[in-house]
Amino acid sequence: MCLAIPGEIVEIMADRPLATVDVTGVRRSVNIGLLDREALAAGDWVLIHVGFAMSKIDEAEAMATLRMLEGLGEAYDDEIDALRESRID
Amino acid sequence: MRFVDEYRDADKARTLAASIASLCEPGRQYKFMEVCGGHTHTIYKHGIEDYLPENISLVHGPGCPVCVIPMGRVDDAIHIASQPDVIMTSFGDMMRVPGGDGSFFDAKAAGADIRMVYSPLDALKIAQRNPDRRVVFMGIGFETTAPSTAMTVLRAAAQGIGNFSVFNNHVTILPAIKAILDSPDLRLDGFIGPGHVSTVIGCRPYSFITGDYGKPLVVAGFEPLDLLQSVHMLLAQLAAGRSEVENQYGRVVPWDGNAKALQVIGQTMEPRPYFEWRGLGFISHSALRFRDEYAAYDAESVFDIPGGRVADPKACQCGEVLKGVLKPWECKVFGTACTPETPIGTCMVSSEGACAAYYNFGRFTRERVKEATR
Repeated sequence: MCLAIPGEIVEIMADRPLATVDVTGVRRSVNIGLLDREALAAGDWVLIHVGFAMSKIDEAEAMATLRMLEGLGEAYDDEIDALRESRID
Repeated sequence: MRFVDEYRDADKARTLAASIASLCEPGRQYKFMEVCGGHTHTIYKHGIEDYLPENISLVHGPGCPVCVIPMGRVDDAIHIASQPDVIMTSFGDMMRVPGGDGSFFDAKAAGADIRMVYSPLDALKIAQRNPDRRVVFMGIGFETTAPSTAMTVLRAAAQGIGNFSVFNNHVTILPAIKAILDSPDLRLDGFIGPGHVSTVIGCRPYSFITGDYGKPLVVAGFEPLDLLQSVHMLLAQLAAGRSEVENQYGRVVPWDGNAKALQVIGQTMEPRPYFEWRGLGFISHSALRFRDEYAAYDAESVFDIPGGRVADPKACQCGEVLKGVLKPWECKVFGTACTPETPIGTCMVSSEGACAAYYNFGRFTRERVKEATR
């Protein structure tokens, strides 16, 4: 819950504040209503908290964060498992 | 992986460590509090303290939202979850947190319908799919998760979803820091400010710490080098007689925070007059509740809640650990009666709790600590 997971935006939905993101191969919808939609595009990285993109980050930061998260082991696995179950629309 | 190594480079760490040592005034002891559980995790996992001179100690703060939920609130949540028509939804982190009468896991085993969700929006979806049930989301967390709860309630209101409510336990970090600063137990020299909370609230709200209390604060990232650099920045401020808010994590944290996130929190929630924190007691204006306009989505209005107060277990010293007065291993039950499998205190439950982080990654054994402090 406390983990911020980096995801790469694959697609921004035209009619809703949602984006499909790729998080280490898992593709899920996240809400982008807390960010400036105009400032987001496919290929951008965002930090995701509990289904909401909270900040835009660059790729270097995303890679660093991913590696740190992978080092967490179980806590990160649980978070990704939870994300896998998520069906936000 | 070129990028990542920049934050992990051992040579850089040693250079920083040498520079940190040179900034220390001879004979002076420094105590810095890292407020955020994520930082505590990095510190133990990478043995950050091993890079610091002996006269600098890092003390762990109250920034683990699961750790500070009082037992009475867990019991209240289980009371709600035990109503026959209720589906309780919760982040996984909350499931093992013990109340006075067991945890969510225990209640689930006893027949309550408690489901783990990734996002409050998933909880809302469960409500839409189960119109004949009342679905409650256990809202926990600091300013990082409060906007998500707020957005979800706004969406429930916009879509007229009547069988959804939130048991709001969101807390705010600043009053807790103030309580620690006002506590006579601890003399601190500065703060390593939380990274993700600051993406929401920005850096300005910390100015009372640097102004009224004269303690420097550096908002920090989560990589080992981020933490070392932040300690360096704190020492540089002290050496120059400054106390300012500085942002080491500017690559993620905007100085002004996230205006939209703050706006939705303010639209739906207001500060409670006071709220109990496990181990810390009652702290004024330290938590959020829904505004009256959103009472229909407020589980405290929808349900009759016992609201009992349960004293923390006598043996548990989480309060002292959360205030940074005790190190995890100094607690009487650490690693013996209290382990991540059978936690007595909340600090042992969450992977970001100081006790669990130390238990899982404890770099130096208690023997070595004894030796170091001899």
